[in-house]
Amino acid sequence: MIAMAKSSPASSSSRQPVSFAFLAQVILIANSFVMLYPVVVMVLSAFKTTGEIFEHPFALPDFTQVHNFAKVLGETSMPTYFVNSIIVTGISILLILVLGTMAGYAVARYESRTNTFILLFFLAGLMLPLKLAVIPLFILLRDLNLLDSRWSLIVTYTAIGLPSAVFIMAGFLRSLPAELEDAARIDGASEPRIMWSVMLPLARPPMAIAAIQNAVPIWNDFFFPLVFIQTDSYKTLPQGLTTFMGEYTTDWGMLFAGLTIAAAPITLLYIALSRQFIQGMTAGAVK
Amino acid sequence: MANVSIHDVRKSFGTVSIIKGVDIDIQDGEFVILVGPSGCGKSTLLRMIAGLEDITSGDIRIGPRVVNDVPPKDRDIAMVFQSYALYPHMTVAENMAFSLKLKGVPQAEQKKRVTEAANSLGLTPLLDRYPRQLSGGQRQRVAMGRAIVRDPQVFLFDEPLSNLDAKLRVQMRAEIKELHQRLKTTTIYVTHDQIEAMTMADKIVVMHDGVVEQIGAPLELYDRPANRFVAGFIGSPAMNFIDGRFGPGGFVLPSGAVLPLEVKPPVGLGSEITYGIRPEHLQIAPAGTPDSIPATVSVVEPTGSDTTLLVKAEGGSLTVVLRERCALKPGEAVALKPVPHHAHLFDEHGTRIATA
Repeated sequence: MIAMAKSSPASSSSRQPVSFAFLAQVILIANSFVMLYPVVVMVLSAFKTTGEIFEHPFALPDFTQVHNFAKVLGETSMPTYFVNSIIVTGISILLILVLGTMAGYAVARYESRTNTFILLFFLAGLMLPLKLAVIPLFILLRDLNLLDSRWSLIVTYTAIGLPSAVFIMAGFLRSLPAELEDAARIDGASEPRIMWSVMLPLARPPMAIAAIQNAVPIWNDFFFPLVFIQTDSYKTLPQGLTTFMGEYTTDWGMLFAGLTIAAAPITLLYIALSRQFIQGMTAGAVK
Repeated sequence: MANVSIHDVRKSFGTVSIIKGVDIDIQDGEFVILVGPSGCGKSTLLRMIAGLEDITSGDIRIGPRVVNDVPPKDRDIAMVFQSYALYPHMTVAENMAFSLKLKGVPQAEQKKRVTEAANSLGLTPLLDRYPRQLSGGQRQRVAMGRAIVRDPQVFLFDEPLSNLDAKLRVQMRAEIKELHQRLKTTTIYVTHDQIEAMTMADKIVVMHDGVVEQIGAPLELYDRPANRFVAGFIGSPAMNFIDGRFGPGGFVLPSGAVLPLEVKPPVGLGSEITYGIRPEHLQIAPAGTPDSIPATVSVVEPTGSDTTLLVKAEGGSLTVVLRERCALKPGEAVALKPVPHHAHLFDEHGTRIATA
């Protein structure tokens, strides 16, 4: 990208489209800088003491100084928050994928009069911000005895994530040729087997999309844990990290170390799934 | 192997009737082709035999068993689809072994049968490839291999060659025929291409609008078509039809010219009849020859082995195929003289009444 941007000015004077390409590159580079800057500052600050952060905010730190990390992992409840976040996000995504795929499969592959209604019902969920319904939701979870437990978050996130997962999966599964199903049926596969052995292996790209698309907001969510969770040992990372912010003093170095640890898994997941993600986004563009 | 019998089978989607009572008997080991224009119900009928569509009424038997309510996997059939329907995420070997795996055939046996089928189709070097890495003809062969390994009682083919280019189609046609001669498995094959039907079938079933128009051996259909539809559908270029009347001297064209008939058709004088003659049964004679159709040459298409002429005669254009080369030019006036005993006469309902 940078190489292209560098080579563009020479030819931009002769041809109009190239200068547009050049402009686009400049905008993209500026945009990536804006996007990456906070992340870089966060990582750099994680290796500094609070004093250093304010004295030399842009200086490169001494990367051997890992006492912030040691402190976060050793002296706080950060490991517990981390495990809670993994459990809550993991189970939620698993439920969203399993239920969303099954519902999407049924809507997409079987003919029934209620299909359209079911799909529209799920889609209606996309238009409803669940945060608006937080008070009835609170009462509901209280009556179900789920308040102040990880399950309160898991069921809420699953409900929020399902509509988009069903939408994505149904759209993709519908595009798979019916002859594949027929072939499997003649080969002797049962309906669950057709779904499991023939259709789902082909549906990995949309599953990756549904997973990432839901995992990021769930992992980062601050609102629902704040409302539902009181017990420290059930808190997730975003909520837990706020305990590092004191009323009068804040150990910024430690906070940035905690944030770096918190951001790492989802960044890695994104990188790992990005190939599938991009494939899924462009699926059907080229046959 | 088994015979297949289809008795008074009907199919409707809602109020729309797709198959309107079909009876076909297929002998053990026969190669039967269902042919007809698109929308005639041939693919639906095949899917009903496969068990992929419900039967509205009637019976389908495979062997002695009525299979109306038997699910596809228990019918002991194998099907090759138009799009091949290979599983994209499985290798060639896995594709071929999938049905055996589901049946619980032991690994060693699976491997043996896949190897055998792959050998017979020349797929051995491709066994570890994925379908996307194969050419159209290779995919077609894998689809056939997947059918062969199951050793079914009946093979079903649904327009298997229509996605291939012309040259490959001719080659695969021969391969499928050879395969049938080797395995002698009852085969039902659907196509809209009458050349495929003529070249491959033991027996052709011509369908039109949900009914069977005629069943017979390829040349039987060619020489004695039961009606005007079959006459026009079988044969390429298609048969020429001229509408006219039956008069005292023979067939009377609208202009009053008369073509003598060797056989008297079983209709009254003055009845409206259609005169059908195949392009190769028209001979070119000098303009003004008696007992012939006056015409003007409009297009000359030499193909090397023969020459196709499109001529303008009264009542429309006619096609003539000449085995020998000819020096005719567009615009030349000629006379077309039918070869005796090769004209087909149809009554006003399109039913064949005589060959003259």
